[in-house]
Amino acid sequence: MATLELPPRGDVTAPVHQTVNKAGDPVAGAYFIQNAYRDAATPNMVTVILADYRSWDTLGEVVVVFAGGMACYFILRRRES
Amino acid sequence: MTPTRVDACHIEGMKSQTDSPIIHVCARGLAPVILIIGLYVFFHGHYSPGGGFQGGVLLAASFLLLRMTLGTQISQLVMPSRLTITLSAIGALIFAGTGLVAIFAGGNFLDYGFLPVPWFDPAYLRNYAILFIELGVTLTVMATLVSIYDDLLEA
Amino acid sequence: MTELMENYNGFLVPAISFIQGYYAYLFLLALFTIGLYAMMMKRNLMKKIMGMSFIQSATIMFWIVAAYKEDATVTVYHQPLGLENPDLYLNPLPHTLMLTAIVVAVVTLGLSFALIVAIYRRYQTLDEPLLLERMQ
Repeated sequence: MATLELPPRGDVTAPVHQTVNKAGDPVAGAYFIQNAYRDAATPNMVTVILADYRSWDTLGEVVVVFAGGMACYFILRRRES
Repeated sequence: MTPTRVDACHIEGMKSQTDSPIIHVCARGLAPVILIIGLYVFFHGHYSPGGGFQGGVLLAASFLLLRMTLGTQISQLVMPSRLTITLSAIGALIFAGTGLVAIFAGGNFLDYGFLPVPWFDPAYLRNYAILFIELGVTLTVMATLVSIYDDLLEA
Repeated sequence: MTELMENYNGFLVPAISFIQGYYAYLFLLALFTIGLYAMMMKRNLMKKIMGMSFIQSATIMFWIVAAYKEDATVTVYHQPLGLENPDLYLNPLPHTLMLTAIVVAVVTLGLSFALIVAIYRRYQTLDEPLLLERMQ
């Protein structure tokens, strides 16, 4: 039932796609579209968000990937005993 | 000793995963192409869909194709197993080191506008710092996927 | 006859627009439910992991559907389009989040396979009731 409360697919008037939300604050998606090229001189907005605006998030991501590899190594290592 | 086999099968002590010459030729031809596509996706991530994660996964796919067809021992010549964990750590260190350089230059952590290259506009500085970040991400993802595959095989 | 056609259209047009607007959600709901069923009801640990992968795929595609806009292009700056109107580009934030989530999903799969290999090495089985019995 909660599915029917969602905005239909491709709806431009959905709240996530607006410039300003109902409380008057700027919405992140539209802000990134409008300012990514000005801030980082890089046309691909996804790259700018990934490596510049949300780089702390991506650092955590890389640490998670590295920790996953290390965990596999330590789980499957043959113990010489 | 059949003459249709690929030469690598004849190296002493190196056993291949499969004996079929069709699979060997296809994998050996396809792996460098996937490698080039991975590098393209990584370096062209600024201007088209792509970037570090996708490029890293493609590079890992190239190495894993060699691992799955030619066998683990022969493909050590392309990507040694003992290097993978080290490369993964180096990638994470490149990422964090770029942020730390920004701290020492007077900005916040990972604030590339403060990197100590004075003759650049901050926007272009961010542009080049993003490339370093993506390099770290690519190394980590590629090395970790190859490392997980090696660990699973070894078990 | 005309009245019948109008009634028919009055039913058909909302139905088609409903399907156009919501078919992605319904499909992803089905995918999520299949994954949840596999995770809860299957006895083999490998099938449980397949169900977990289903759930991850459903979640990722749900976010991608949420980022879609009608008549919008990919999130790469294109000179003739300009930057003022955000309706011309897809929403880049869910794409970024899911890009990282996909890689974490792959590493999670690898780690769960490693755990399964360790379990099989210790108990020689992957069947869950048998496993619980042997763990006693």
